[in-house]
Amino acid sequence: MKTRCMSGVAAALALSATVTLFAQTPTPSGAGQAPSGGAQAPAGKPPVPPGGLTPAQLRLLPKALDNAPDIKYEVVRDFMKMPPNMYMGEGIGVASNSKGHIFVNTCAQQTRNFEFDQNGNFIREIGKDSYGNVFCHGIRVDAEDNIWVIDEGANSIIKYNPQGRAIMILGRRIGFPYNGMEPPVKELNPAPPYIFNRPTDVAFDAAGDIFVADGYGNSRIAKYDKNGRFLKQVGSRGSGPGQFNLIHAIAVDAQGNVYAGSRSDQRIEVFDNVLNYKTTYDQVGAPWSLCITPGPGHQYLYTSNSNPDNQDTPLHQVSGQIFKMELDGTVLGKFGVPGKEQGQFSTVHGIDCRTDNVILTTEIVEWRLQKFILHPTKAQGGTK
Amino acid sequence: MRYSRLAYALMFASSLLAGSLFAQQKEIPFDSAGDFLKLPDDIHLGEVAGVATTSTGNLWVYYQGGGPNATIGAARIHINGGARLLEFDRAGKLLREIGSSENGRPYAFLFAQGVRVDPQNNVWIVDRASRMVVKFDQAGKVLLTLGRRLEAVGELGSSGVFGRASGPPGSGVPGDNFNQPTDVAWDAAGNIFVSDGYANARVAKFDKNGRFIKSWGYTGTEPGQFNTPHSVAVDARGNVYVADMGNQRIQVFDNDGTFKSEIKNVGAPRAICISPGAHQFLYSSNSNPTEDPFLNGEIYKMELDGTVLGRFGHAGKQYKEFGMVNEIDCRDPNTLYVAEMMNWRVQKLSLKN
Repeated sequence: MKTRCMSGVAAALALSATVTLFAQTPTPSGAGQAPSGGAQAPAGKPPVPPGGLTPAQLRLLPKALDNAPDIKYEVVRDFMKMPPNMYMGEGIGVASNSKGHIFVNTCAQQTRNFEFDQNGNFIREIGKDSYGNVFCHGIRVDAEDNIWVIDEGANSIIKYNPQGRAIMILGRRIGFPYNGMEPPVKELNPAPPYIFNRPTDVAFDAAGDIFVADGYGNSRIAKYDKNGRFLKQVGSRGSGPGQFNLIHAIAVDAQGNVYAGSRSDQRIEVFDNVLNYKTTYDQVGAPWSLCITPGPGHQYLYTSNSNPDNQDTPLHQVSGQIFKMELDGTVLGKFGVPGKEQGQFSTVHGIDCRTDNVILTTEIVEWRLQKFILHPTKAQGGTK
Repeated sequence: MRYSRLAYALMFASSLLAGSLFAQQKEIPFDSAGDFLKLPDDIHLGEVAGVATTSTGNLWVYYQGGGPNATIGAARIHINGGARLLEFDRAGKLLREIGSSENGRPYAFLFAQGVRVDPQNNVWIVDRASRMVVKFDQAGKVLLTLGRRLEAVGELGSSGVFGRASGPPGSGVPGDNFNQPTDVAWDAAGNIFVSDGYANARVAKFDKNGRFIKSWGYTGTEPGQFNTPHSVAVDARGNVYVADMGNQRIQVFDNDGTFKSEIKNVGAPRAICISPGAHQFLYSSNSNPTEDPFLNGEIYKMELDGTVLGRFGHAGKQYKEFGMVNEIDCRDPNTLYVAEMMNWRVQKLSLKN
């Protein structure tokens, strides 16, 4: 998520307790170095050359940006309705269930998960004060309406049933002082099958198999069966096929193909169901978050090339849009601009596309859940 | 009639023979009551360290909840914990919590390690991070504290983290300060035995008023030495059983800590329990390690002399599977409660012997 600055005892503590020692260092989207586990991030602002982008930054511009047609869209104003005296924090993850209810994972004073109805009315909190609430990183809902929370601080992925009870835990939080585990600050390759290092996202195929993007510390996709038994993994750090530079998002299509977002080098990599590398899409910017429309029928892939959490960078002007794609990588269109007003994007970290032409987003810098209605042309996958 | 009696006798004898030869293969059928604890929407179990029943069938559960935080000052780090102690009735209905986030939880609640109920129905918690053992009466009043919580957390890697008067890890230095204690048990006279623990490697004995009597053991593999003594139980004769987890054995001592024997064929014992009653049984869990939630996990039922009567269960995430059992309650030898660290739950098990 954000760049974090930790060192020494603070790093060890932060892995177990919610120590708020995280310095937010401005980092341009995509252009910045991925913060590897426990690494010291560069301090201060990135250099902004007069007159525009450096050659390195130019190379990171989405190739599809100029040619992708704009998709008409509108925002549902004041969609998120919080109860009095209750606050959303940074909007990290969003997912809807079969009833249209919306689940949001937020970095508030504590990591929390909120449930809203289809009209954006707050209903309840999921997993209040759970042991797994350490440092939010995402939320997804599976085909049976179970709610899966990804916590990069707890190094865990927690499956809640629709009633909101934790029924399966993948990974394990490092306890304090220690519960027999050493802080996994080092990237391991291959990574241990059942231990995550700051995982980022989770997805499921039709059989219920589980795919975990892992993550900031490790650089792999790990596949488990529906009971949590390890099956396979792929990946290491790098820019080659099957490698990742900060694997930050993951989604699975109806055929079981796996789409993984390698955020820091602006690639979406596609694998088959047994994690054989197939292809790469590198024209749509930094894939901070991915979603695939569930169908039935024609599926589309959405990816958010999110703007950085600092407006004073050239990249801010050329990021902050969501691309709509065919599963084969054809770009159908784009929508959105960076900004703080309603209907703009302020560092999108979660997107949901369960309903055709309805996009839900959560944003880091503006503490909100937004709902967008798209009006695509026929050429953009619309019906008109 | 005569023949059938003879036949029964033969069958009985042969089953005994088979039992001794293939002891580890005998599976004890069992069932799980599933998700039987009923919690309000705003309380969620985390890593469940301990479960213990009272004589009236109520349940005490000590677990690691969320929300621990650290306050970092210029020189010292203070940790405020998320450990919570709940009482349930026999049907699994939540009765109450000891302390609350609003009014403050007891000072020792930092990182849950275990809970036990003594014959007088007093409730004892063992907390690994505060390094304390605390005795509550049934009303929740503090009757006795053993050990002292550090005022602050020292720099990691420095001597400060080892704590006052407990010495370097594994040195077995005597005294009444612990270093990550793991369990507590009592003999019939009320003497208190504490296994200590992750960072130390000894068993400490106190009288019933908490006066330190002695301790024995330090890090090693020889008889009387320990490698993470993780659980302790005392039989009706006062013998002390120590789950020497890292050495994959249960060591048996007399009441004064003199080594008697060891039990070696039951994996790495993480949790042990001795049932009360005329014929006592010893249960021991070969719990899975963090690295593999599907490895081992079986629980053994033994005679006190270590003869294995059978085993049941294995590691996993479904009901009737175990996610790092950390404590067993066996007040009723055929109705066990197990606390699971990695599955965040308590299971109630019915053995069908």
